[in-house]
Amino acid sequence: MSKKAEHTPTFEESAKAYLDNTQLRRNIGHATHTIRDKRENVVDEMPDWEALREAGDAIKTHTMRHLDEYLLQLEESVQEAGGQVHWARDAEEANQIITGLVKGKKVNEAVKVKSITTDEIGLNKALAEEGIQALETDLAELIVQLAGDEPSHILVPAIHKNRAEIRELFKEKLNKDELSDRPEDLAEAARLYLRKKFLNAKVGISGANFAVAETGTVAVVESEGNGRMCTTLPDTLITVMGIEKVIPRWRDFEVFMQLLPRSSTAERMNPYNSFWTGVTEGDGPQEFHVVLLDNGRTKVLADEMGRQTLNCIRCSACLNVCPVYERTGGHAYNSVYPGPIGAILTPQLKGLDDEGAASLPYASTLCGACYEVCPVKINIPDVLVHLRGKIVDEQKRNGGLKSKFEPEHIGMKLLSRAFANSKRYERAQKVARSGQKLFADEGVISKLPGYLSKWTNTRDLKAIPDQTFREWWRQRDE
Amino acid sequence: MQISLFITCFNDTLFPETGRAMVQLLERLGHTVTFPMEQTCCGQMHYNTGYQEETIPLVRKFVDVFEGAEAIVAPSASCVGMVKEFYPKVADRADDKVLAGKVDKMIPRVFELSQFLVEELGVEDVGAYYPHRVTYHPTCHSLRMLDVGDAPVRLLRNVRGLELIELPDSEQCCGFGGTFAVKNAETSTAMLGDKMCNIKSTGAEVCTAADNSCLMHIGGGLQRQSSGVETVHLAEILASTE
Repeated sequence: MSKKAEHTPTFEESAKAYLDNTQLRRNIGHATHTIRDKRENVVDEMPDWEALREAGDAIKTHTMRHLDEYLLQLEESVQEAGGQVHWARDAEEANQIITGLVKGKKVNEAVKVKSITTDEIGLNKALAEEGIQALETDLAELIVQLAGDEPSHILVPAIHKNRAEIRELFKEKLNKDELSDRPEDLAEAARLYLRKKFLNAKVGISGANFAVAETGTVAVVESEGNGRMCTTLPDTLITVMGIEKVIPRWRDFEVFMQLLPRSSTAERMNPYNSFWTGVTEGDGPQEFHVVLLDNGRTKVLADEMGRQTLNCIRCSACLNVCPVYERTGGHAYNSVYPGPIGAILTPQLKGLDDEGAASLPYASTLCGACYEVCPVKINIPDVLVHLRGKIVDEQKRNGGLKSKFEPEHIGMKLLSRAFANSKRYERAQKVARSGQKLFADEGVISKLPGYLSKWTNTRDLKAIPDQTFREWWRQRDE
Repeated sequence: MQISLFITCFNDTLFPETGRAMVQLLERLGHTVTFPMEQTCCGQMHYNTGYQEETIPLVRKFVDVFEGAEAIVAPSASCVGMVKEFYPKVADRADDKVLAGKVDKMIPRVFELSQFLVEELGVEDVGAYYPHRVTYHPTCHSLRMLDVGDAPVRLLRNVRGLELIELPDSEQCCGFGGTFAVKNAETSTAMLGDKMCNIKSTGAEVCTAADNSCLMHIGGGLQRQSSGVETVHLAEILASTE
């Protein structure tokens, strides 16, 4: 997401292809329902879940308000512990810093533990351009990388693929003649392949779930242990994190280490929780770098309503309950951040003048399921509506003639004027009633022209009856 | 009690029978109802679609019309949600402290019908008779924005002759979402498809809800399939008698 991002297709355009892919819909529907039910069970067993959510919200909100101070404190703590801190304004700058560091080690391969932030800045491509191969080591990320595909879920990047598809992929890419589609066998094939890579790796690149300002500690939580290999075996470790990942104190972990696993993988605790603070002589990486990435985040911070988006701890609970995500999958969002959180984060990072990004806040029915499960209580529907307001304002200001004659703009303006006065409103009702005569048949409209055909393509529409409620009321009074 | 009806533009124009049912029901329960003729639209469609500037005059109008009312009751969870959740934000946007003050004072007196009956009036048996197999779809705004809980179900359980059948995956959105149904018509239709399957699996003759907008969407789909399942607003079921 560089300064002037390329224009992406709209959600509506992209969703179409995925809606028609029944295999994909089945894969995603099955996976999200399973994890959704499990999440509900492990959340239900927590008597203080609501209090934890409140605490998570409070810590994050406080941190965002004082982000400048906590980031400086983090820088100091990391340096004190023997690490180095780099500040990156945007994707380009971050990639320059990282490729520079890797090149300095004279290697042509680096192992990576999944980090959406590195996907956001397109790090793998930037490294490839310098002749360095970044090897994804998270199993799902590896699947996606081998397939030459893009992740479709924050936490389960290969959620759109089933076992049979993965077997075929491994047979081809990992040169396996015989391979069953049992999960254990698939995992074993990946393990053998990855082990060799880990043992030879000189540089590891990681993301961060949290970084503690007070101590300079960085934390990654994961399920496979591959992340731990990446952060402990290489001599050099580079962590890339958005500036919003900082938390003030060590004790804040108490809250997030309960909220995150239950919300994301529906586990009581992550199987692997890795924490590292600077460097320790003779143990683990001897060189440690943190790249603190802005890439639009301070812009989000400046918007009082939109700011809560940065509270996100990337658990993906909102994706798993979203009825829209469930039908289209993650790729329809054309962003590394799909689902409800992506629908508010992407347009804020990319800018509302990007047509694709500006379509995302409309990719929601505002059903509120995402808000209900969010462990840090981000009011996603509220932010969606707020962003829609900003998008319309932006179109009015900069849309020119095209926007002026947009049927929706005209319609909304006319309706607002009609609704502001009950006489005009009643006249509009009468006009609509007589206007529909062309389309209505025995009280039902089955075909409408133009834009409104999008309704009648799949649904009948009730015709406006002969008497409005107010006409009946007036008659009753007489 | 003196009840001011907030019939909502959508119901006024497209579903007048729901408003008439409300009048019948509330009068049968011994209340006086009025319908302030000056009311028009709460502005939800404008606000949710992003036309927030255009919502301001509608909020002013609503406040003018209903300011002195003792109780403002509507047959629409989503329009009530608009008033309760978003009117303060519109007043903020208009940067009008007087309006904000009036909105704050009015909000506790605005109710969705089923919540009003059960929580305010303490009535669960409204003396209705409706001899049909019915399934209830909790609309997203009644469920999550207004938190009406099981108020509609309690009312339905006390309707004589009515067989209430639970709707599988009832809490899933039907895919309406206002302008979403047109802006993302294909996704909306995919969601509707699953909702209709669930409704048909119950074997119910009627699907009911606290919002005609969702019912219009669901009913429009069911009718296109000639499914034979009707959609009927909760108020109409509660107003029915032998």
